[in-house]
Amino acid sequence: MSESTYQSISDTICHITLHRKFGLYWRAGVAATAALTLLLACGIVWLLHEGVGIWGINVPVAWAFAIANYVWWIAIGMGGTFISGALYLARKDWRNSINRYAEAMTVFAVSVSGIFPVLHLGRPWFFYWLFPYPDVMNVWPQWRSALEWDFFAILAYLSFSILYWYVGMVPDLATLRDRAPTLRKARLYGFFALGWRGEAAQWQSFQTVSLLLAGLAVPLVFSVHSMVALDFSEAVLPGWHSTIFPPFFVAGALFSGFAMVLVLGIPLRRTLGLQAYITQRHLENLAKMMLAAGLMVDYSYVSEIFNTYYSMDPYDVAVTTHRMFGVYAWVFWGTILCNVLSIQALWFARVRRNPAVLFGIAILVLIGMWLERFMLIVTSLYQDFVPSSGGMFYPTFWDIAFLAGSIGLFFLLFLLFVRLLPVVSMFELRKLVPHEVGDPP
Amino acid sequence: MSAPPLYGLLAEFPDARQLVIALRRAQHDARYSQIEAYSPVAVEGLGDALGTDRGHIPLWTLLGGLLGGITTYALQWYSAVINYPLNIGGRPTRSWPAFLPAALEMTILGAAVFGVIAMLAAAKVPRLHHPLFAAHVFERATSDRFFLVLRADAPEFDAHRARAFLETLTPLSITEVAR
Repeated sequence: MSESTYQSISDTICHITLHRKFGLYWRAGVAATAALTLLLACGIVWLLHEGVGIWGINVPVAWAFAIANYVWWIAIGMGGTFISGALYLARKDWRNSINRYAEAMTVFAVSVSGIFPVLHLGRPWFFYWLFPYPDVMNVWPQWRSALEWDFFAILAYLSFSILYWYVGMVPDLATLRDRAPTLRKARLYGFFALGWRGEAAQWQSFQTVSLLLAGLAVPLVFSVHSMVALDFSEAVLPGWHSTIFPPFFVAGALFSGFAMVLVLGIPLRRTLGLQAYITQRHLENLAKMMLAAGLMVDYSYVSEIFNTYYSMDPYDVAVTTHRMFGVYAWVFWGTILCNVLSIQALWFARVRRNPAVLFGIAILVLIGMWLERFMLIVTSLYQDFVPSSGGMFYPTFWDIAFLAGSIGLFFLLFLLFVRLLPVVSMFELRKLVPHEVGDPP
Repeated sequence: MSAPPLYGLLAEFPDARQLVIALRRAQHDARYSQIEAYSPVAVEGLGDALGTDRGHIPLWTLLGGLLGGITTYALQWYSAVINYPLNIGGRPTRSWPAFLPAALEMTILGAAVFGVIAMLAAAKVPRLHHPLFAAHVFERATSDRFFLVLRADAPEFDAHRARAFLETLTPLSITEVAR
């Protein structure tokens, strides 16, 4: 940042959006992710025709991939909101160069996550029954169900993160409007810039609302993912019915969120030449935050296992023993490998300063967090209280297709974001320029 | 041929310090009452110096939060207690702890929506057209230049005196902006 000036920041970031030729890699990326998105679309059409039976779910394992995907995606979003909100309140200025794409990640991850619970309803076309509207049947939602709380949580979170992302982008859209090479682009960005001029009064109200939104974002992150956790802990199933779930889920959410910020940031800085803005220090700080969140997750694993054996509840003990040594033991040990062992390398500064290794660890964490959700869901369900009602879960082609398709949709949205919108917040970077001729007296 | 009516005189400065100095001199030495300041980055103290109104954004945010929370709670209470009470094993219909999660989320959403609307109102946007957009130099107000405007609708405004005053501030440029 030390060599940057107001001029160079606007030039570099606007150049990416307005002038850069996005070549073969970007096109290939869009083609691949669009193909996966198409697969997801086919899957959705087929599911609407056939029903959720196209997935491998059945009694007793009535929840599996779709719910694991949903929790995984919404959790990934939490990292972006945390970086934007909590680090803003803590005045950690280094976040200014990563918060824009982290917020974009949040918006896309939450949008993708919302697909799954709706499709899982069985009759998705009645999803609006979750909303309390005055209908002639006099049917109200079940207010005491965690699934209904979850609906409100997703609704609030998605709306909030879009609002937060967009409002925080308005000054940058104005910069793009003023530097647009063609009238069409100037009109497009100008429309969304709402006529922002950078007037003193505008900045003042903008800063007030930024602070308020950051303050609202923090409780939102913690409450939304606690609601997700309550989906499980409200059920009286061994392995789910646990008071530790909300904080444990929040820690896991931040863990996978930071991992995704790294997975997106490392190629982003390299391919777009943003090393001056997303520096070694950013990667290192993210690695440290990932390690800290990961250790909280690991602590929760230990505490849950300890409490199970300490309680001597036969059902809890059976579920936990099956988790670790039963037919799904490979999922458990895979989770441990990814979420406990792999992150221990982050204690070493040499690992944190190596983007390639960091990228690998972040991918492992994302895999690990998906496996963890799969483990929590399936191992609590497959052994019922009555031994005869046990049953295995086997994924079908469509289970895999929905997971792959959701990944495709997420990355497709992200590639379009990189192409069309400023990936780094310019006006927030300007705050970091050290000696722009003279700071205000 | 008479000149078109003026919006004001636009002076361009290279950095925030010079803008703040120019603003002070315009306010205290030249006693202009209708001044606007533009910057590509928030400048500490600029809004206060101009005496701009914060537009009660925090108050609207609070009201939005209360509205979101109270209406959501009241809706749940009405539907579960008055409109369609369900007797489930004699459990109380007024199960307030179960009504809190949705109310909490709607509190946050209500606060955010009201806060943003109040911000838009205070910042007087959306407003897609503005006379200043016609000035070519003003395109850099969102990149790297700082601008001061002496508005022509102020009673003390006189184009010649205003230009002479601005020249004493050694700006990079002075532009007449038509209304």
